[in-house]
Amino acid sequence: MASWFGHVEPAPKDPILGVTEAFLADPSPDKVNVGVGAYRDDNGQPVVLECVREAERRIAGSMNMEYLPMGGSVKMIDESLKLAYGEDSDFIKDKRIAAVQALSGTGACRLFADFQKRFLPDTQIYIPTPTWANHHNIWRDAHVPQRTFTYYHPESRGLDFSGLMDDIKNAPDGSFFLLHACAHNPTGVDPSEEQWREISHQFKVKKHFPFFDMAYQGFASGDPERDAKAIHIFLEDGHQVGCAQSYAKNLGLYGQRAGCLSVLCDDEMQAVAVKSQLQQLARPMYSNPPLHGALIVSTILSDPELKTLWLKEVKGMADRIIGMRKALKENLEELGSPLSWEHITNQIGMFCYSGMTPEQVDRLTKEFHIYMTRNGRISMAGVTTGNVAYLANAIHEVTKSN
Amino acid sequence: MMALAVDVSRFEGVPMAPPDPILGVSEAFKADKNDLKLNLGVGAYRTEELQPYVLNVVKKAENLMLEKGENKEYLPIEGLAAFNKATAELLLGADNPVIKQGLVATLQALSGTGSLRLAAAFIQRYFPEAKVLISSPTWGNHKNIFNDARVPWSEYRYYDPKTVGLDFEGMIADIEAAPEGSFVLLHGCAHNPTGIDPTPEQWEKIADVIQEKKHTPFFDVAYQGFASGSLDEDAFSVRLFVKRGMEVFVAQSYSKNLGLYAERVGAINVVCSSPEVADRVKSQLKRLARPMYSNPPIHGAKIVANVVGDPTMFGEWKQEMEQMAGRIKNVRQKLYDSLSAKDKSGKDWSFILRQIGMFSYTGLNKAQSDNMTDKWHVYMTKDGRISLAGLSLAKCDYLADAIIDSFHNVN
Repeated sequence: MASWFGHVEPAPKDPILGVTEAFLADPSPDKVNVGVGAYRDDNGQPVVLECVREAERRIAGSMNMEYLPMGGSVKMIDESLKLAYGEDSDFIKDKRIAAVQALSGTGACRLFADFQKRFLPDTQIYIPTPTWANHHNIWRDAHVPQRTFTYYHPESRGLDFSGLMDDIKNAPDGSFFLLHACAHNPTGVDPSEEQWREISHQFKVKKHFPFFDMAYQGFASGDPERDAKAIHIFLEDGHQVGCAQSYAKNLGLYGQRAGCLSVLCDDEMQAVAVKSQLQQLARPMYSNPPLHGALIVSTILSDPELKTLWLKEVKGMADRIIGMRKALKENLEELGSPLSWEHITNQIGMFCYSGMTPEQVDRLTKEFHIYMTRNGRISMAGVTTGNVAYLANAIHEVTKSN
Repeated sequence: MMALAVDVSRFEGVPMAPPDPILGVSEAFKADKNDLKLNLGVGAYRTEELQPYVLNVVKKAENLMLEKGENKEYLPIEGLAAFNKATAELLLGADNPVIKQGLVATLQALSGTGSLRLAAAFIQRYFPEAKVLISSPTWGNHKNIFNDARVPWSEYRYYDPKTVGLDFEGMIADIEAAPEGSFVLLHGCAHNPTGIDPTPEQWEKIADVIQEKKHTPFFDVAYQGFASGSLDEDAFSVRLFVKRGMEVFVAQSYSKNLGLYAERVGAINVVCSSPEVADRVKSQLKRLARPMYSNPPIHGAKIVANVVGDPTMFGEWKQEMEQMAGRIKNVRQKLYDSLSAKDKSGKDWSFILRQIGMFSYTGLNKAQSDNMTDKWHVYMTKDGRISLAGLSLAKCDYLADAIIDSFHNVN
């Protein structure tokens, strides 16, 4: 029987997934996976936080499975807003924030993109170069036109600040910008506090709208308050902001799809209206969000003891990564590399944009069984005290003739 | 108030959305302080004591999961493999040739809604000229889903108010009149909101006309097990179409039959003509899911996989399923008995017994439904649908009084 789907082409292979598949298939005992986008401990194992295990023990058997309200768990939303906007935020007190529970960071971004399409149909989104690949997919599938803005400076492996500021100034007034609140993915390059202030000021001049994707709060520096600094700078400057929060990394809840979308409004009435429309967009997508991850988040964040434990554990994860950055850089320097590796410790968060070429990455894989994406991105979560010397040696081998 | 950097809010023109016609009912019910109040709005199962019910087999599965202490890594975009296998087998039968031949593309998705939305997005992308035919009436959210996915739809006749039954001739005529290659949305069993299902003979004729017009059948299966009490029996319609060798879309939900409402567990299945086609279709469904939510939530899927994958638990589930469906059948009978005894007008209430599943279409119009709420504190949807899952034997007499009053005394 002829199929109806004859014209349906196979989708291109996901580049990151391909890395993991190849890694798994490699029999070499030396193999290293630094392509993975999930935290690993010093033994290379996935981690479930103690605070999460304890929260699960507390919630087991005690809740029914009734549908959450359309906007999701009220408690989870309240705790998420406190985390992002500050415990004592006036915006929270004045009920000016429209917020809904979302399907992790992806779902939060998608809801905002759909909201833009429906209520701000003349707007577009400026996306940094480079960015997490799925950002492009999200705004494209929401049918919101995309532009890019300068971000990464390959020569210095750092921020192209003047290029960034030029693009902000040249964009039409009132443009929408996607900003990574901390631990930029994939480069690990964040603006400094002073630079954020300049960016915020220019946004005021141009009346741009900042939408923050905050997927690593707490995970970047180890201090959630510090990691939300960029958002607070913009709030102090009087901007209306939007924010996508994810608990995938900082609470290790990857597969639970726990997140929050918030939008700061003029007043309570407007916040109620905006929230109602966000719910209206969610209803024909998934009706209401999943419960389990939300229960874990709200149990932990609302309990002082569990929250303290979480702060300790998230700092532990961040510290391990910071330690591995230091170790990798020092190893490379000790090997006498002719290149500068400052960027390894200048960059922050899970990823390091090494500056290696695709050809060098291919050599790492073929000769040393080291797996990473061909853009030279190293997932520092995959680096351990056990493999950092081997990794440094391999990187040195393929780059020493530069 | 902190001064805004912009002169006027970007969201100045955003209007308040209307309350959801179904989910909004529960919210109104919660706000009502009257003791007699009854929530027959949302299709969520309640015990005789009108309490939510977490299945024993679900509690068992969750405890098992807690003990195992597995990690919480991302699922692949298509979801949990063990769940996908179990769900396709549950739907089609483990021995179904289409499964053995690798013809079924299955993706775990966000319950029924999410599964429907993925399919709708796929239809929009690959069949941009095609229309979806939906029953009149149908679940309220179906229209929202196709609207937001920008898939055009039209209705086929379904409910006949004169008989409070199926307008079978109208249904066939409308499906026949639709442009070739349309997608026909069918409720696998326990039609929502009417509770009226085609007979097996009628299903055969529906399949005939769909094949003749080269339409694609698109099943919404939200109540497998809840209609007759038997998981296999309730899959009859889907299996019939598949047996004919048709390419079929099926959206599944575990909200009601495993009581997993809040965990958003479901699947979209596409039965294709070859394994190669199934691979391509699956890859494109993944491409649609990735910018929506990246990968589906793990918790509910693990529960399903554990329950369906373990013969003992599966057996226990079947029993609990029978009990839930059985309670609803008892309540239908009691309501019918109460109505027949109390209503002196001679009106035939037997349609209540012929309808199947969680819902009953009472035939009450909007004004009458409003009377149910305003005078009797009975919460239901304005289309006259009541959820029998929210009714107890003890409340049948009260409900009968309310229905009789609304039907006879309100225009």
